[in-house]
Amino acid sequence: MNSIEMIEYLKKKADWVKRETLKIHKIAPGIRLASSLSCIEILTALYYGRILNYDPKNIYAGERDRFIISKAHGSVSFYPILADLGYFDKKYLEMVGKPGSILGDIPDCSIPGYETVNGSLGHGLGVACGMALALKQKGRKEKVFVLSGDGELYEGSVWEAIMFAAHHNLNNLVLIIDNNKICMLDYCKNILNLEPIDAKFSVFNWKTTVVDGHNLEQLYPALLALKQDESNGPKVLIADTVKGKGVPRLETDSLCHIKALRAEEIDQLLGEK
Amino acid sequence: MPMDSKVIRDALIEQIYNKMLGNDNIFFVSADFGAPALDKLREKFSDRFINVGIAEQNLINVSAGLALEGFDVYAYAIAPFLTMRAYEQIRTNLSIMSQVRPVNVNLIGVGAGLSYDVTGPTHHCLEDACIMRVLPNFVVFSPADYVTAESFIDYSLSVKKPKYIRLDGKAQPRIYNDNSRISMDVGFVELKEGSEVGIVSTGYMTHKALRVAEALAAHGVNTGVLDVFMLKPVNEVLLNESLKKYSHIVTMEESFLNKGSLDTIIADILRDNNSDKELTRFGFADRYVFDVGNREHLHKLNGLDEETIVTSIMKKRKKGSL
Repeated sequence: MNSIEMIEYLKKKADWVKRETLKIHKIAPGIRLASSLSCIEILTALYYGRILNYDPKNIYAGERDRFIISKAHGSVSFYPILADLGYFDKKYLEMVGKPGSILGDIPDCSIPGYETVNGSLGHGLGVACGMALALKQKGRKEKVFVLSGDGELYEGSVWEAIMFAAHHNLNNLVLIIDNNKICMLDYCKNILNLEPIDAKFSVFNWKTTVVDGHNLEQLYPALLALKQDESNGPKVLIADTVKGKGVPRLETDSLCHIKALRAEEIDQLLGEK
Repeated sequence: MPMDSKVIRDALIEQIYNKMLGNDNIFFVSADFGAPALDKLREKFSDRFINVGIAEQNLINVSAGLALEGFDVYAYAIAPFLTMRAYEQIRTNLSIMSQVRPVNVNLIGVGAGLSYDVTGPTHHCLEDACIMRVLPNFVVFSPADYVTAESFIDYSLSVKKPKYIRLDGKAQPRIYNDNSRISMDVGFVELKEGSEVGIVSTGYMTHKALRVAEALAAHGVNTGVLDVFMLKPVNEVLLNESLKKYSHIVTMEESFLNKGSLDTIIADILRDNNSDKELTRFGFADRYVFDVGNREHLHKLNGLDEETIVTSIMKKRKKGSL
């Protein structure tokens, strides 16, 4: 597959993931839909674009790249990807949050494909630092990728880890920030302004890249470059995204984090596709 | 200081150093907290000693990450900050996580109870045994001397679970001549067998319990002493068996009372076995200690000096005509 074909393939996959996520939302209205929609292209590129090395049949294989989703609540869109790749039976997609399912409204490490426990925010990067340090100590080539939300940057533990990663030259660590700019109650700029995020990371000795997190023509090559980048220091990819992407009513609502769609709204969105 | 006294942390770190010499799979992570014995370790194993800075949350998270990649980890800090500053990290990345994936992180907290006597309520640690016992999948270890602490080293490496090791901050004389009676599966040793009063104690208070037992013996009360070093898991069956011969049970610890530490363990065992034995608990009431003074002074203010303990046990015995 050449790069143009790859981008087209990823676009189709992202569209499918979006539809499946909406279907899950219909079954489980309690999922965090808006923040699960903002990271779909990121997850799609990492897995269908084979940026990450993984093996659904051997989930803790030493050769896998480690992927920690620190914003676990906002990653229900990862469920269809994992099921499609064979991490677990697709039947579970139809029983999210139901008795006997392995899939809850917020994912955790009991689900094949999820490395760690991340229902609580601000944990992923620190644990990833320990993993990255361990891999370097063992002379291994695998990398550690972390997906975090921008609102998660309010947690002090994240900055403890940011300092640690740079000091220990964890050049096998890549942080992706799903910069959807909204927390639970408001835009981050109205709560405590986080900007400029890239300058903050730069001054903490991280290498920064900023892309449009929904534009696979930008996102895929940027992730590929980060996977291959062996230069010094940890790397952060700031992916500018829209919370609730693809659902007009959510895209413009500062309270979209906790908003659920009505069943007929979901049917309409799926019918339009 | 008697010849056979040692600061327990130094004895334990010495054992860890010896293990690290022949075992590449051990990391020692500190939140900018030291010890004389640690200097040698830091120098010798500069690639496997990590100082995360004054950052207890990251101490736990980095340790969890190392452990998930298969390393055996010791995470080291002052007890109150280790357990309480980073409690949610401990809960999420050690306690919850270890139910799904093995996480061998051994938390070493120094300064249990009133070890840091004159430094005030932020450095006192009267909650740790209570709150760490709450966490599923955790082991809680509370040795009274360095011999007991040293005996934990093989267990800490072979049992791949998160553990909390609560250590006194000051040099303490040894209680055990050797480790022949110390079994982690049993979790306690009956140091002195008696028939009337049975004192159950942990950590620093075991030293005091032995002195109280002598004083009671001088009053003609046949007193036994049980040193409980494993606060979780507790071998309730064996402990109950050992308590059967006593008519009056006394618990002694540097912890808050009625909040899940040793006194609660014993009260639950007695209740679960329909025992009507007298139970007297010595520990700290539901308030912090702001008073200034050495440990013994603070004990006196809180009714934990030998004289008060002996007197109140004797009074209870008269009242109950035991």
